[in-house]
Amino acid sequence: MNARVREAATGLAWVSPWLVGCVVFLLWPIAMSVHYSFTDYALVDSPVWVGLDNYRELAGDRLFAVAMANTFAYAALAVSLGTLASVGIAVLLEQRLRGASLVRSLVFVPTLVPVVANCVVWLWLLNPEYGFVNGLLAAVGLGGPNWLGERSTALPTMAAMGLWVIGSPLLVCSAALKDVPASLYEAAEIDGMGAFRRFVHVTLPMISPALFFNGLMSVIWSLQVLAPPMIMTRGGPDNATLTYSMYVYKTAFEFGRMGYASALAWVQILVTVALAAIVVAASRRFIHHRNA
Amino acid sequence: MSGRTSTSRRPSAPVRVALFAAMAVIGLAYAVPLVFMVGVAARPASQAAAPSLSPLPAAFDATGRELAWWEPARWHHVGGFVAENVREVWVSPMADFPTYLRNTLVVGVLSVAGMTLSSAVAAYGFARLRFPGRDLMFSILLLTLMVPQAVLMSPQFLLFKNLHLIGTLAPLWVPSWFAGAFSVFLLRQFFMGIPRELDEAARIDGCGHVGIFVRIILPLSRPALAVVAIMQAVTVWNDFLGPLLFLNRDEQYTLSLGLQMYQSQHGGTPWNLVMAASCIVVVPVLVLYLLARRLFVEGVATQGTREA
Repeated sequence: MNARVREAATGLAWVSPWLVGCVVFLLWPIAMSVHYSFTDYALVDSPVWVGLDNYRELAGDRLFAVAMANTFAYAALAVSLGTLASVGIAVLLEQRLRGASLVRSLVFVPTLVPVVANCVVWLWLLNPEYGFVNGLLAAVGLGGPNWLGERSTALPTMAAMGLWVIGSPLLVCSAALKDVPASLYEAAEIDGMGAFRRFVHVTLPMISPALFFNGLMSVIWSLQVLAPPMIMTRGGPDNATLTYSMYVYKTAFEFGRMGYASALAWVQILVTVALAAIVVAASRRFIHHRNA
Repeated sequence: MSGRTSTSRRPSAPVRVALFAAMAVIGLAYAVPLVFMVGVAARPASQAAAPSLSPLPAAFDATGRELAWWEPARWHHVGGFVAENVREVWVSPMADFPTYLRNTLVVGVLSVAGMTLSSAVAAYGFARLRFPGRDLMFSILLLTLMVPQAVLMSPQFLLFKNLHLIGTLAPLWVPSWFAGAFSVFLLRQFFMGIPRELDEAARIDGCGHVGIFVRIILPLSRPALAVVAIMQAVTVWNDFLGPLLFLNRDEQYTLSLGLQMYQSQHGGTPWNLVMAASCIVVVPVLVLYLLARRLFVEGVATQGTREA
C-alpha cells in the first residue's frame, strides 16, 4: 500500500512539468476566458460583469457573420485543395521517377520558411503591376486580376497559397503509401484492375487513416487561419479576407474589447470541436481498419 | 525496395514521360517563391519592383551594354547587389536586425533547452512509471496537440498580462520549460522502445529512476532528443504570433516579427531589403535542413499540419 502510494507520487512528480504547464498555460487561461466572456473588459480597467450581453451582441454583429462565412469558405477550399494536392503529389513521387527525391525536397522546404517571409514573397509574386504571376500570364497573352486586392479573388488566392506549405500532410501521405503491401497491388492486377481502379479500390482504402489524420488537422488549423490575412491584407479588401481569428485579434488588440473577444474565441472553440467531431464521426464509415 | 512500390508493373514509356513532366512542373512551381526571394534580394533598389520574368537583376557594363548571364561581370554585379542589400538590412534604421537576432537566439537557446529537458522528464514518467490517471492524462495530452495557438491568443495574453510579463521575452520561452505535447508524445514512443532489461540491470547496480533516466534513457535517446530540439528551434525561429502578441517594443522583437518592420514603410515597401532580410532568416533553417534532413522529416511527420 505504502509502496503503491510512493510509486504514484513518483509518477506524478515525473510528469509534473507537463501537468503544471497544461494547467497554467492551457486550462487556466481557457477557464478564465469563460469568465471574461461574461464581462466588459477594456484592458485598462478591471472587467465588469455584463452577463450574457456579449453573446447577445453576436446575433446582431455583421462582422461576426462575415468572418464566420469567410472562415468556412477558406477552410472548405484549403482542406479540399490541400488533400487533393498532397495525395496527388505523394502518388506521383512514389512512381520511381528520376529526380523524385529532389522534387520531394523542393515541395517540403517551403514548410520550413517563416510565415512572414512566405507571405512577403507572395505579396511580391502576386503584385498586379510587377509580380511574377501576372507577368507569366501576360507572357502567354492572359491578363491576371489584382489577386489579393479584389473582393472576389482575395480569399481563394490565400487558400491556394496554402498549397505551398503542404510538406507535413505530404510526408504523412507518402509514409502511408509506402506501407501499402505490394501483394495487394499484385492481387488487384491479377483481378484485371487498371491503374485507376487499383488506386480507388486498393490505395485509397489503405491510406484512408492517413487521409483522415491530415483532413482532421487541416480542418482544425484552417479554421484558425490568422497570419496570412494579418500580414498580407489586414482583412481587406472590404473585409473579404477577415477570417475569424483575424476578427478576434482585431476585437481584442485593436478595439481593446477583451470581454467580447473572449466570447468570440469561445464560439470558435465550440465550432471547431463540433466540426472535428463531425469529421471523426463521418470518417468512421470510410476509414479502412487493417485489423478489423 | 523493389517489392514495395505502389505499382507492381512500370507504366508504359509515354505515360512515364507525362508523369515526369508533371513532376518537373510541380518541382519548379514550388521553387518559384524561394527563387524570387533570392532573386529580388540580389536586385538594386531601382529594379526591386521591375516587372521582369527573370528573378535576377539586369546589369550593364561601362558602355551601357546589358551583360548576359554567362559573363562573369554580370555575376560580379549580382554579388555586389547582394552584399549591399545584406549590409543595408544589417545597419538600416528601419529595423534593428542585430538586436532581433540576439533576442531570437536568447529565446531559442532557453526554449530549446527547456523543451528538450522538461519533455524528456515528463515522457519518462509516461513511459516507465505506473500511477492512477496516467492513461487519462496521456489522452488529454494527445488532445492538446490539436489546440491551435490562435484560439488561445486572448486567454494567454491576459494570463501573461496578469503576471506582468507582457513586453518581456519571458512568455516566449517560459512555457517551453513545462514540456510540449508533441515532444512528450514523440519521446515517450521512443523511450518505450528501449528494452526494460536495461532498466533492471541499472537497478541491480543501485540506480533509482534518476539514475536510469540519466545513464540509460537519455544517452540511448539522442536521435529522438535531436528531433525535439530541432523542431523547437525551428518553431521558435519562425514563430510570428507569439512575439506579435507578447512583445510591444521594437527592441524586443524577434527576427520573424522584425521582417514585418519593412512592410508598409512610407513610400512603399523596399522589396530588395525585405527579401534580403527574409533570406537572412530562411538560410539558417535551410542549412540545418540540409544537414539533418532525416530529423526534420521525422519531426514534421509526427507533428502534423502546422499552417501559419
